Amino acid sequence: MDGTIYTLQEFMMRTKGIVYILAIGFLIGFTAFWHFLFSREPREETDRD
Amino acid sequence: MADTAVTTSAEHAAEAPSPAKRPLFSPFNIIAALILLATAPFAILRFTGGLGAVTALDHTNPWGIWIGFDLLTGVALAAGGYVTSAAFYIFGKEEYHSAVRPAILTGFLGYGLVVFALLFDVGRPWRLPYPFFVSQGVTSVMFEVGACVALYLTVLFLEFSPAAMEWLGLKKVRWIVVKLTILLTILGVLLSTLHQSSLGAMYLLAPSKLHPLWYSTYLPVYFFVSSIAAGLSMIIFESTMAHRYFSHLMDQRHKDERNKIALGFGRAAALVLAAYSSIKIFGIAADNNWAYLLTGYGLWYLVELVGFVMAPAFLFAVGVRDRNFGLIRVCAIWTVLGIVLNRFNVSLIAFNWHLPSAERYFPALGEFAISIFIVTLGIVVYRFIVTRMPILYHHPDYHD
Repeated sequence: MDGTIYTLQEFMMRTKGIVYILAIGFLIGFTAFWHFLFSREPREETDRD
Repeated sequence: MADTAVTTSAEHAAEAPSPAKRPLFSPFNIIAALILLATAPFAILRFTGGLGAVTALDHTNPWGIWIGFDLLTGVALAAGGYVTSAAFYIFGKEEYHSAVRPAILTGFLGYGLVVFALLFDVGRPWRLPYPFFVSQGVTSVMFEVGACVALYLTVLFLEFSPAAMEWLGLKKVRWIVVKLTILLTILGVLLSTLHQSSLGAMYLLAPSKLHPLWYSTYLPVYFFVSSIAAGLSMIIFESTMAHRYFSHLMDQRHKDERNKIALGFGRAAALVLAAYSSIKIFGIAADNNWAYLLTGYGLWYLVELVGFVMAPAFLFAVGVRDRNFGLIRVCAIWTVLGIVLNRFNVSLIAFNWHLPSAERYFPALGEFAISIFIVTLGIVVYRFIVTRMPILYHHPDYHD
């Protein structure tokens, strides 16, 4: 369990596992980002340039 | 609405300055002429003395800034053409109407300059048609890049041509080309998708030369996704410049849609950059390259990823939420710089990274000069076109 990778199986297990965890994190994060981006109603009268 | 646009266009057409009224010795013309005169000798020397006379290229570093900047960056920044025409013609985003012609013009000039730059970069430029007519090499990724650039340049020329035909009064030919618009748009999106990604795929050929943080089997995806962000940002940037220097040529619709375009494209850029930063992290995880992040190159990679992808993604979102158009425009320039940095990293800075510094490539003065020559020429042609053809206004004689 020292983190050394000896076989392709171990490499794939580790990297795929991390990618899948990241993908779940991305889906949650992207949903939050989408909400952040679209949550505010348009306010034409307060446009700043 | 259409009537309003036509009316304002007609008013505009009456007010538009005619070519005869433009002074020949304007500050722009003088500065552009001086730059072209100063850099043209290097361009001539390239063809009289060969590549060795003006470049620092050699067999170890055969691709320099003419590929990294003129080609890779030029193609990415010209992506606004397919992004905007897809948004308007395919997704029916009518509010981006006024961005279509400037975007297609930028794309057309961008690709035209890429091919022009290639004439300087390839050893025997007169053999550029060889991949199509003499020795096809269809299994090469370079063939796909060449074929897509040639075909897409043709498509962009046809997409741009109605503006030139309106200027020249060629109504019948224009009518035929306008009928082909949807077909050309679909072809444009298809060809752009293919070759934006295949420019990244080219670097899949050099796994031992490109630093592991930049090398990934996802490189084609990176190049394609980042080109969308580049195109969106470039349109915002170009719109900003056009409103600053050519607002007297614009009709009311172009002026009114300016902030809508910044808002819509800024929102899209935020989402694309967020997705792009995620797949970049997936790439690090898939190749187990985490340890490289703690090296010097790793810090440089984080500068690119955090400083030029994540930061503008977040600030684009803040700008869109707050309707802060100044911030959106700053983020657009920021993203454009980020794309330039990325293409430089892939093609130059992280390329041949294992070589000692004495053997690393640094561009010669002639390479900078010819790049400046090409960019200046592009700006001159852009100005020539927008001051004469209906790019920033609707021609009053045409209502489709």
